[in-house]
Amino acid sequence: MPELNPQISLTVNGEPAQVAFAPHKTLLEVLREDLGLTGTKHGCELGECGTCAVLVDGVPVLSCLVLGLTCAGRSVKTVEGMAQGARLHPLQEAFADLGAAQCGYCTPAILLVAEALIASNPTPSRDQIKDVLAGNLCRCTGYIKIYEAIELAAARMRGEKAEPSREAMYGRR
Amino acid sequence: MAGDRELRVVGKAHRKVDAVGKVTGALKYADDLTLPRMLYAKLLRSPHPHARIVSIDTAKALAMDGVKAVLTGKDTPIPFGILPVSQDEHALCPDHVRFVGDPVAAVAATSEETATAALDLIDVQYELLASISSPEDAVATPEPRIHEYGDSGNLHKLINLEFGDVEEGFEEADHVREDMFFFEGNTHLPMEQHACLAEWSADGKVTLWSSTQTPHYVHRALAKVLELPPARVRVIACPNGGGFGGKSDPFNHEIVACKLAMLTGRPIKITLTREEVFYCHRGRHPVLMWVKTGVKKDGAITGMHFKSLLDGGGYGSYGVASTYYTGALQTVTYQVQRYKFQGARAFTNKPPCGPKRGHGTPQPRFALEVHLDKIADDLKLDPADLRLKHLVPPRSLTANYLRVGSMGLGACIEKVVAGSDWKEKFRKLPFGKGVGLACSSYISGAGLPIYWNNMPHSGVQLKCDRGGGVTVFCGSTDIGQGSDSILAYITAEVLGIDPFDIRVVTADTDLTPVDLGSYSSRVTLMSGNAALQAAERAREIIAPHAAAKMKVPVSEVVFAGGRVFHTEDPEKGMTFAEAVQAAEAAVGTVGTVGSYTPPKSAGRYRGAGVGPSPAYSYSAAIAEVDVDPETGIVHVPKIWVAHDVGRCINAATVIGQVEGGVYMGLGEALMEEMVYRGNRNVVHKIPSLLEYKSPTTLEMCDVVTYIIEDPDPNGPFGAKEVGQGPLLPVMPAVANAVYDAVGVRVDQIPVAPELVLKALKKKARGEPARVGPDKFPEIPWPEATRVAPPWEGGDGKGEQVTAQAPERQH
Repeated sequence: MPELNPQISLTVNGEPAQVAFAPHKTLLEVLREDLGLTGTKHGCELGECGTCAVLVDGVPVLSCLVLGLTCAGRSVKTVEGMAQGARLHPLQEAFADLGAAQCGYCTPAILLVAEALIASNPTPSRDQIKDVLAGNLCRCTGYIKIYEAIELAAARMRGEKAEPSREAMYGRR
Repeated sequence: MAGDRELRVVGKAHRKVDAVGKVTGALKYADDLTLPRMLYAKLLRSPHPHARIVSIDTAKALAMDGVKAVLTGKDTPIPFGILPVSQDEHALCPDHVRFVGDPVAAVAATSEETATAALDLIDVQYELLASISSPEDAVATPEPRIHEYGDSGNLHKLINLEFGDVEEGFEEADHVREDMFFFEGNTHLPMEQHACLAEWSADGKVTLWSSTQTPHYVHRALAKVLELPPARVRVIACPNGGGFGGKSDPFNHEIVACKLAMLTGRPIKITLTREEVFYCHRGRHPVLMWVKTGVKKDGAITGMHFKSLLDGGGYGSYGVASTYYTGALQTVTYQVQRYKFQGARAFTNKPPCGPKRGHGTPQPRFALEVHLDKIADDLKLDPADLRLKHLVPPRSLTANYLRVGSMGLGACIEKVVAGSDWKEKFRKLPFGKGVGLACSSYISGAGLPIYWNNMPHSGVQLKCDRGGGVTVFCGSTDIGQGSDSILAYITAEVLGIDPFDIRVVTADTDLTPVDLGSYSSRVTLMSGNAALQAAERAREIIAPHAAAKMKVPVSEVVFAGGRVFHTEDPEKGMTFAEAVQAAEAAVGTVGTVGSYTPPKSAGRYRGAGVGPSPAYSYSAAIAEVDVDPETGIVHVPKIWVAHDVGRCINAATVIGQVEGGVYMGLGEALMEEMVYRGNRNVVHKIPSLLEYKSPTTLEMCDVVTYIIEDPDPNGPFGAKEVGQGPLLPVMPAVANAVYDAVGVRVDQIPVAPELVLKALKKKARGEPARVGPDKFPEIPWPEATRVAPPWEGGDGKGEQVTAQAPERQH
């Protein structure tokens, strides 16, 4: 008779959850395999690409390097928890408007890292955005649409009536 | 119907139809799928670069708790491969491994951990063979052969084509220059690791969900290898988490998953580790190049001779096409009067190379654009002016019979020259700072299919619902470039409805008509044209019934804004749904089909199949660099890029593709390389995302993007490609800028700091201030196929020459 898996209680996207899993499982695996939250992706499972980032107590972590057991009693936020009911988060709106998600695979992690940035710094500069995203690889966009989308969302979250720039949408002619 | 009108959807900036799914995490990629009773499978891969398999003992693995099945090469005896001429792969190697990472066995188990542990219990006995680590090695070592086929020994493919007498061209020239270049291999590095899920049902049908760019070709490979009627095989391409060409081949794991599903009766999931993704590779070929060009004083090219030697790795993959591509597109940017191309691809004991963004053309484009920069220097001409003076004219035929349609390169050059203040910067910036210019062109889809047939390259079925919804079915595969959205925008434009009222069903061999796949930048042009035809046919079905209802001539009916109305009196009309209902009441279910076949190519010689395209995109880029002479580190603060896309379908995704292309080009220019170590330089040095250096936010440059719209008659609404072209000029622009900054030539990619330093040291010692290759091996070239260029009265046919002039020494 194999040993029973340990069970933990935690908060996931604002709701209490109890989950039992093999003790060696990472938070990434627990989210994807035991909680069915496949919005969190993986690119290496070695802590190299940033694709699996989620927020634990509001702080970005690489979920592939965090043991699920260490999340007992903590609050985990994934991309599935960003929208408010049926309304997208301003970051999600801005990423969609600007085409900042091309293949979309690195997007969930980048959205969460950006959310944590804006929470601590509502007026991030381009360089501050680059700094916090230096650990998130994106192979599609060249990052530029991502910066523009974060800046747009931050402005909107400050209550400004911001729209994407004409150059971002149409280039120069 | 009312004729020309303002475009309402095409050309505007839109969200993509899958944007919300991507920003909410709701979109399902292959590894996000699970099925009840699913098993996990893992592949055992060869630790040796080149060996014979003596024996495989799977008994211990099979006996392990939780293991449900073990496969070896004897279970997968039928070979496959993407090209009909190189069916040289097996799902599991039966008796011969050709690179470190070549799979030899597979295990299906109840958990991934169990499957992985069981791999250790498989005992494989190998007899090691001498390994071949480079093309030079392959030339020198015809035996033992890595494959039993190929043009000569370990040379997989040899090409020798001559369009006009280049020697005559060199005699006619005022100046002749020879250069050699090397482009190191690199890989796609999609963020998503390849994954697939296979299901077998007892009625004899297999379904595969996979992160593939080419479900149609996977469908064909599965039917062949599994010995199933194609009608019983279903392939569904999931949204790809990045492809860039790396998911364009049918892969071992896809076949293994299906075979194991058939054997166990249970669904099988395989997700590759990042290390395995490096072994699948199919990335940029390392290419050694030699080019000799004759020019008049004004830079007019009288003759060009180009040679390339490709390091193919262990299998054919797309390699025959890649080899042709290293010689095909030199002629579509600047006029080349006479052109000779000799290309060779070697088999080596490394992961197979294949198509990466730009497929076979970034390497020669790098060589050509740096070579031209040197020629401009020799002739004391501004490199921008030299290029502008000798552009290929629009609507013309090149020396190698490529039919150029719209040609916006001149406008591209002018935009980046003006935008970057080129005239104020070139050769005028202080030591350490520099600017460099380069141009390029790329195909908007290959003119010929991968396997010979006369059928369309892309098909669309369109269904109009009486509620006003429209569903577009197409085999095309969205790999992040936005091809699903293109179908919606084009259909919306024609039927005058909101693109978000259109449902797009794609990349499912059971549900959708064939589209050949997301490769060769073909999808917007080809599936776009198919969608355009299907939508126009739907409009033709609906319009007469709407006209009858309004009692107006059908020629005066307009479809716009979700309504169908009279052009003279827009108030008079009905909703699109009501128009569909009128048509459905009269003629029954409203559904149409559309398809697209590229125009016949002009070349009739052997080898003419690679290079022709319905339309060529053009790009120009200027890179600004800061070179630190102490460290050799090249920093690129900014790139100005202009791209002739023909016409934007969605302006926002065009900008995204340009920026993404520049990013990937910057990575290739400065840091990305697939390099090998140990054991005769055939073990991958760095199969990890950390050690394979790619640009982060901290290395990425600013990009100023100019869009040139020179509509091509073959494109839907004039559209040409944008997915691959804008990458091409970046590497040579950076290399040329480094020369402008510090006066040294790094004639190889990546322009790594140690190479810049080495060149600076040579310069300080008074030696030629250059690093790069200086020897091109002797290749047993076949007889040349001679084709007279169009202006010498040629008809596109080739003629084999038996008496070959002896190879000149270089």
